[in-house]
Amino acid sequence: MKLITAIIKPFKFEDVKEALHARGITGMTVSEASGYGRQRGHVEVYRGAEYVVDLVPKLRVEVLADDQDVDGIIDAIVDAANTGRIGDGKVWVVPVDSVTRVRTGEKGSEAI
Amino acid sequence: MTINAGDTAWVLVAAAMVLLMTPGLAFLYGGMTRVKSTLNIMMMSLISIGIVTALWVIFGYSMTFGHGGGFIGPIKQSDLGAAESADAVVNGTTQYHIPVLAFAAFQLTFAIITTALISGSIADRTKFVSWCVFAALWAVLVYFPVAHWSFDFGDANGKGAGWLAARGLQDFAGGTVVEINSGVAGLAMALVLGKRVGWRKDPMRPHNVPLVLIGAGLLWFGWFGFNAGSALGANHLAALAFMNTQIAGSLALVGWLVVERYRDGKPTSLGAASGAVAGLVAITPSCAFVSPVGAAVIGLLAGVICALAIGLKYRLGYDDSLDVVGLHGVGGVIGTLAIGFFGVSAVNSAGKDGLFYGGGWHLLGVQALGVVVVIAYTFTMTYLIGWGIDKTIGMRITRDAEIEGIDLTEHAESGYELDHAGGSGSVGGILSSAVRSEDR
Repeated sequence: MKLITAIIKPFKFEDVKEALHARGITGMTVSEASGYGRQRGHVEVYRGAEYVVDLVPKLRVEVLADDQDVDGIIDAIVDAANTGRIGDGKVWVVPVDSVTRVRTGEKGSEAI
Repeated sequence: MTINAGDTAWVLVAAAMVLLMTPGLAFLYGGMTRVKSTLNIMMMSLISIGIVTALWVIFGYSMTFGHGGGFIGPIKQSDLGAAESADAVVNGTTQYHIPVLAFAAFQLTFAIITTALISGSIADRTKFVSWCVFAALWAVLVYFPVAHWSFDFGDANGKGAGWLAARGLQDFAGGTVVEINSGVAGLAMALVLGKRVGWRKDPMRPHNVPLVLIGAGLLWFGWFGFNAGSALGANHLAALAFMNTQIAGSLALVGWLVVERYRDGKPTSLGAASGAVAGLVAITPSCAFVSPVGAAVIGLLAGVICALAIGLKYRLGYDDSLDVVGLHGVGGVIGTLAIGFFGVSAVNSAGKDGLFYGGGWHLLGVQALGVVVVIAYTFTMTYLIGWGIDKTIGMRITRDAEIEGIDLTEHAESGYELDHAGGSGSVGGILSSAVRSEDR
């Protein structure tokens, strides 16, 4: 089992959600995040003063998946979240030792 | 002399309206600060109501309106109880048909909001107890004398008037006394306190703009009491001041937004609120001395110039956190000097003609004298008071407390309890509850 974590632009979330839904993905965890990558934030003007805003708002989408589904899910997220401009985000995958459903106690793939 | 029911009713209502401006200012300031210091800045306004009211009834009213010398009224008991029965004549003339108590209550609300206004330049970083000491000393050593200079017209023969009033300074509702006074005091205190941690690096944007707009709305409403109430009667002058107040606030709102549109690219709602305040500030001294056309020009000028003036702090390097200097200082100067140009005796028999109405340079000279003297006196005295407090009990909270947030460290509260975890905790929930129990 794997944990897929995607950092995306907030306004692309609906597209990503629908793409995952279309692939039969039944659950995800979403949290607000902020950070920067190679684009190093941006300059904002407010009340006549310029500020460098380092941390840009993003969404973090986390999906648990069986090993054989991982590549398809990554492609779906990347397709849906891509705008071709800087700051589009990243997707990474880490191995997961165990998953347990709290309500039933099911373990492993059954719990995903 | 007889008491007029209509006049008295209007002045009492106006006093209540002006008092409402101080909680309104608390909303305006509270929304403009960051989320971690919203309660502290609101508390600085609220405590001013308590402190200044106490001082006013003990001796402040006498110091301001007790006639006496040109520089300062007699320092003695205000004796407001006796004022009612013994002598109902306001300011020694028979022009106003209202009880002295109504006048004293009305003027008290001016002293309160002027003191509260200063807090905007030192947001996020001022020790609360030191602010309380400052507010008391500032009211006594700066507000009461300056209000006496401009507002006390002496007894029936003009004896004991303030020296600026005696020279013919025209300040209908407090361009010198309230606006320049608070703006310059704000500058002095911003210099005493120094910059906030992260100033010019972190954006420090307002955390709640709808709160700012509620505050601006309450201020605008209260300003009708402030300006039209200063007629001290329900009459033609009150109506003129009322109309001019509306015109100047509206035109300044437009002027400010136009500047933002072309300078920053976007008109902001914070700019709309600031613009309205700038215009209301500028029309304060001039509201009953100029025509509605004059008010429109003054409002437009104030909106444009103040929008540009708030950028000064970045060039000159003082952290006037909520733009007290750029709005009240600069707006007050514009409004007070504008009377020298736009003053017209046709609208007010007690007024004088300014430069544009054939009155020559004299009035402008008197207005400029008032501006310069108040700036010099207020800056010097305020800096000394602030410096003295800083050297004794300290004006500023610690760097760590400032970063953690002054609401928690000075008041053990936070403006918003939004956390799921921790229940009774603050923003930060369980973790900051632990911090608080450590403090005890």
